[in-house]
Amino acid sequence: MSGEAVVSEGTVLEQVRARVAALLEETDGVVALRRTEQGTAPHLFKRGDDVAELALAPHYPLATVARLLQSRDPQARLGLVAPGCDARALVEMAKRRQADLSRLHLVGVACNSDEAKACRCAKPSADLAPFPAGELLGTPVPGEADAVAEQYRRMSLPERRQFWRSQFKQCIKCYGCRNTCPECFCEACALEDKLWVEPGRLAPPFPTFHLIRAMHMSTRCVACRQCESACPAHIPLTVLYDLMREDVGSLLHYEPGADVSAMPPVSLTLEEAPLHEGSAKQESGALAATPKGRGARR
Amino acid sequence: MEYKNVLTTCTYCGTGCGLYLQVLDGEVVGVLPAKEHPVSQGKLCVKGWNAAAFVHHRERLQTPLIRHGDCLEPASWDEALTLVSERLLAARDGSGADSVGFMASAKCTNEENYLLQKIARAVVKTNNVDHCARL
Repeated sequence: MSGEAVVSEGTVLEQVRARVAALLEETDGVVALRRTEQGTAPHLFKRGDDVAELALAPHYPLATVARLLQSRDPQARLGLVAPGCDARALVEMAKRRQADLSRLHLVGVACNSDEAKACRCAKPSADLAPFPAGELLGTPVPGEADAVAEQYRRMSLPERRQFWRSQFKQCIKCYGCRNTCPECFCEACALEDKLWVEPGRLAPPFPTFHLIRAMHMSTRCVACRQCESACPAHIPLTVLYDLMREDVGSLLHYEPGADVSAMPPVSLTLEEAPLHEGSAKQESGALAATPKGRGARR
Repeated sequence: MEYKNVLTTCTYCGTGCGLYLQVLDGEVVGVLPAKEHPVSQGKLCVKGWNAAAFVHHRERLQTPLIRHGDCLEPASWDEALTLVSERLLAARDGSGADSVGFMASAKCTNEENYLLQKIARAVVKTNNVDHCARL
């Protein structure tokens, strides 16, 4: 008997198609994946388009497409079919004035457990709270532990250094990690500044290139794993970004992609966002010489 | 506003990586790696990521140019191809077929490169065929 409910609800894909078909009547278009005989790619569905072509995999950075379209036409009223990672990416974009959530209708999608496993995803479902308009389709499943990160955490410091040295040696400096990242939109990129990254040298000097990116991702990375998916050298980049994010979380109480009203600590002064170091350290007077803390100084 | 992705093959080498050209209102605005492509599986090198940079480049040639003295002057394809064919045949007839060589390109398809070597061997009758990926 319990099977009946599932049948009447239809698959998540069918639900999304039906919702998008209705949304096409109310909006200027809906950004989603479209599958044709050529393959699957992001697309702007317009009124009259065949929603039977709408697909949910493989994951492309759809938040980036929404940002592109909003920058072309800021008045456009768009829909977006987004798994959790794209929704979180939009939240971080909105804080940096790269996306206007008030003009987006979010068709949030809960990934299934196989998808969550494949992405090692801790939050495989869209959070609707930051979005003025939207709904969640599908049944959220629990997050998956990141086995690669867990393995890394068991390493000693010298082992970790060796691990990254052997990983970064494979880098062909394609800039795919940066190009595909929904949160990389700076007009001037430090990775193209020859002061930091010598042109024409492969692999990039250890560890500058990748640590610059990791640093810049510390308050931005929403763990969408587009960078890993684009990496021809299969470097588990998000393991590094996870650790940065963890420090930012414990030191600065900031979680990228969660709360649209929480501003990234690197954009604020120390008066606006004082550091809250561990109490044991403060009691021991370890920070007495640097009353505002050194951690957030850049 | 119209936005779509057009599947194509990277023009920079013979590997044949798959990429999508992002087309916004008729203008190519970027590249996305084709995640389902059997060759590249969603990866690209730095050239592939920039494969669209020349499409709307202001220095891109829009028409053939024929050199007259020190000047390059725009010409039609008919004029250009006629001139090339005349000069090639003149070189072949005057200095022998092996005075001519044909350079194929990794930017062309297999079929186009096949046709080029066919002209070289069957029309001009030389085996001097090479390609840019050896340079």
